[in-house]
Amino acid sequence: MTETAQMPNVQLNLVGLSKNDYRGAPTTLCAGCGHNSISNQIIAAAYELNVVPEEMIKLSGIGCSSKSPAYFLNRSFGFNSLHGRMPSVATGAMFGDHRLRALAVSGDGDTTNIGMGQFKHIMRRNVPMVYIVENNGVYGLTKGQFSATAEKGLRLKYQGLNPFTPVDVVEEAMASGATFVARSFAGDANQVKALIKAALSHNGLAILDIISPCVTFNNEDDSRHSYGWGREHQEPLHDFTFVPREQEIQVGEFPEGTTKTVTMHDGATIVLKKLDRGHDPTSRSAAMKLIDDARNEAVLLTGLIYVEPNQPSLTDVAELSTNRPLNRLTEADLRPDKSMIETANAMMF
Amino acid sequence: MATPQVQEKQQPETGKAVVNDFSMTVATKNGSGSQTSNLTLLRALFKMGIPVSGKNLFPSNIQGLPTWYTIRLSKKGYLARRAEHEIVVAMNEDTFVEDLASVAPGGAFYYGDHLKFEINRTDISVYSFPAKKFAKDSSAPATLRDYVANMAYVGVLAHMLEIDMAKIREALEYHFDGKEKPIAINMGVIEAAYEWAKANLSKSDPYRVEPMDETKGFIMADGNTAGALGSIFGGLQFMAWYPITPASSVAEGVSHNISKFRDKEGQDGKTYGIVQAEDELAAIGMAVGAGWSGLRAMTSTSGPGISLMTEFVGLAAYAEIPVVIWDVQRVGPSTGLPTRTSQGDIISTYFLGHGDTKHIMLLPGSASECFEFGWKSFDIAERMQTPVFVMSDLDLGMNTWMTKPFEYPNTPMDRGKILWEEDLEKLSDWQRYKDVDGDGIPYRTAPGNKHPRSAWFARGTGHNDNAKYSERSEDWEKNMMRLKHKFETAVNYMPKPEVISSGNKVGIISYGSTDAAILEARDYLAEGGLQTDYLRLRAVPFTSEVKDFIEKHDRVYVVEMNRDGQMNMILRLEYPEHTTKLISLAKHDGMPLTANWVKEAVELQEK
Ligand SMILES: Cc1ncc(C[n+]2csc(CCOP(=O)(O)OP(=O)(O)O)c2C)c(N)n1
Ligand code: SF4
Ligand SMILES: [Mg+2]
Repeated sequence: MTETAQMPNVQLNLVGLSKNDYRGAPTTLCAGCGHNSISNQIIAAAYELNVVPEEMIKLSGIGCSSKSPAYFLNRSFGFNSLHGRMPSVATGAMFGDHRLRALAVSGDGDTTNIGMGQFKHIMRRNVPMVYIVENNGVYGLTKGQFSATAEKGLRLKYQGLNPFTPVDVVEEAMASGATFVARSFAGDANQVKALIKAALSHNGLAILDIISPCVTFNNEDDSRHSYGWGREHQEPLHDFTFVPREQEIQVGEFPEGTTKTVTMHDGATIVLKKLDRGHDPTSRSAAMKLIDDARNEAVLLTGLIYVEPNQPSLTDVAELSTNRPLNRLTEADLRPDKSMIETANAMMF
Repeated sequence: MATPQVQEKQQPETGKAVVNDFSMTVATKNGSGSQTSNLTLLRALFKMGIPVSGKNLFPSNIQGLPTWYTIRLSKKGYLARRAEHEIVVAMNEDTFVEDLASVAPGGAFYYGDHLKFEINRTDISVYSFPAKKFAKDSSAPATLRDYVANMAYVGVLAHMLEIDMAKIREALEYHFDGKEKPIAINMGVIEAAYEWAKANLSKSDPYRVEPMDETKGFIMADGNTAGALGSIFGGLQFMAWYPITPASSVAEGVSHNISKFRDKEGQDGKTYGIVQAEDELAAIGMAVGAGWSGLRAMTSTSGPGISLMTEFVGLAAYAEIPVVIWDVQRVGPSTGLPTRTSQGDIISTYFLGHGDTKHIMLLPGSASECFEFGWKSFDIAERMQTPVFVMSDLDLGMNTWMTKPFEYPNTPMDRGKILWEEDLEKLSDWQRYKDVDGDGIPYRTAPGNKHPRSAWFARGTGHNDNAKYSERSEDWEKNMMRLKHKFETAVNYMPKPEVISSGNKVGIISYGSTDAAILEARDYLAEGGLQTDYLRLRAVPFTSEVKDFIEKHDRVYVVEMNRDGQMNMILRLEYPEHTTKLISLAKHDGMPLTANWVKEAVELQEK
């Protein structure tokens, strides 16, 4: 990637923007909150991918996590919507100008408690969007109650013991036909960034379940959503490289057999160097088994779990124009000709 | 207040023909396919030039429960429901006894001779006919026989009432879209029944029809289809919905018809998107998302759906996002009487949301006004950047009405204060929520705008002029006061009420589907010596004409279809100085209002 230095110490990307152009308001989340590090990786990914901020929209529900779109991509349109209802807003919003990229942030409570229904349906519809679940096992914003992803047996100071079986975001995504499913850990910045980039290349709904510790309410080392547990138990599935479309892959760079490449809808490539488990993310049954294994073995398996790059997205199904977005249409496009009023009346009796 | 128990009477003098002025009801079972027969009768009469209205009284059921369809013929052009019927056609054994009892004295009772019941009335004419025979004898395939069987009563009535068979054929041609085969099968049954009646029945009742010339310049339409077509002419770009009686046919009217009006040859892509959502929460969420992204977005529902939409509507009002919401009202709460009509959502919709919220409500009073508000609601929503409700009801939405033809929009589309790249280029400063023009309406931009100063952050949290998060009390109050001012500005964009006034002391205010009953009741009141003026509301907030009307009258009766007089409450809130003048006449039995009820209710007060 060529980077031209215009001012000393200010690196500009291919669209002439500095990293600062991708930032937002200063965060008001707790210092050390996993959500902040994810925001930073969103900023870095957008900058490195040369995203024009006006060509991206950001959406969220309600929660500490859902606040975070205010803290990145200041120059992108944003919608901080209702608790659990971001998917519906995003679904409608994608019709305005479907050439825009969309990135949505939600929390585990926002997604798997109040928002479970909309979460399932946005996957069914394959809305072209990156959907990040910043998963900390608790409701941060309302001060630490259990969310549906909290593990059975988790004991918190004020909440006591959680007696219920957790919901697994990734498993729910698979069950609902999601076409890009990944899990990561806020403590692994590079992987988070690479997965965000890959997800932005996906023509469909990309679910990123990112374990994002709440340092204030749920960060004891034995908690499944803590930094300590993540560091001890994370097992990346692959060495993951994202190669944008404009960047060529050198012959022999990635030897066959030990690597798998997946070509994304926009021409980008994901190169996966297989590690111990040899997971093939294009196999649905392998993905389902992997999720089960992770649960049984109590490991935090991270990386690309499943991808199906060539399913039509919602905006494909809607047969929208490829070059004129709906929100640029004018009266001439939208109002039937005067003569058509006769047709309308003739339809009646 | 106490509502009068009305005994309605209309008895013919013996021996004298009653022409084009009676009601007839067909009693069948839900799902038996009688709707085609009923609409055929209705349309044939309309084509004969006789003012008619048809009302379907149906159960919340797909098959088997009783359903009644009433056609009223009125040479004077009255379209409201009448409580009584002179002719009853009984096709349902489950309701035979009550159907027989319900015929007005001097009336006529027709029944299929497969129904074996004792006829215990001597004050009416009774005719039986072999309802199943004609279908059996016809060329109809066995699977369709039960459906075409209902055409038997069409043929019998055609003979007995002297309905023009050519007009019946025209009605069938319309219904079956010109397809010769079903037309021939149905017409065959009708003709056979007609000939049978001619040979076997001798008429002893006075009711019959005669051609008139009173339906020229009208069409027959239901409000939901009309609203759907109006929305299409309004440039609808996005619709999300969830099925619910009686609103489903708004959305289905859009999805079935939009392609015909909006897809042009050689066009690259659709000009609209339609999503059947997973529930009403999602339907409004999608519509709000689409409105935010710069589209003319709508959803349609009924009371239960409105309840689910509450949080989103509050958000849209506060974040100032245009969206159109059709509420085709039914009797609530919750499931209530889902197939009965009501105006019971007026108060809850006006204030829908938490915090201080008031919303624009358009109040269509006819099917053609449903068409008009279909397109106009988008102009108002985008101009005011806020949710706009169109408050229809089951009677208006689902029944077939004689109505004025739809008129092409007489104003160009109003996209409101939206800025694109070239607009921002000319402005040195733009702030999303700043009141630049003093009308409370700020300027907005939509995603996809590439100008580096175009973006803003939509949120339900407190915000300042710049759409930035703010918990400052001053910011909150200032914003809320601006929104209040914006709502006052909205008055300038509201359709004005329809006023009939000639300086009388007594006024009537009403709205929506009650119009027909009020118009008729005013004639009856005048016959009894009480002249009244009439104002039909077409929108909330109220324009100045409403206040003027109340001021000019000693007493104003606010007639509506709910228990608590909901519109009357809003009028009292807006005009507290006139509280004592405003008298609520509210009826909530789930049935469309009758003129007699209105007349008696007013007279009881005026005594
Ligand atoms: C309708 C509604 N109910 C309840 C709330 C209160 N509330 C705000 S955030 C939140 C939970 C957020 O949890 P999560 O999505 O996990 O986000 P986190 O704060 O943990 O990042 C709740 C219950 C709300 N805002 N709206
Ligand atoms: S409460 Fe928890 S989730 Fe919320 S900002 Fe603080 S650390 Fe993050
Ligand atoms: Mg959480």
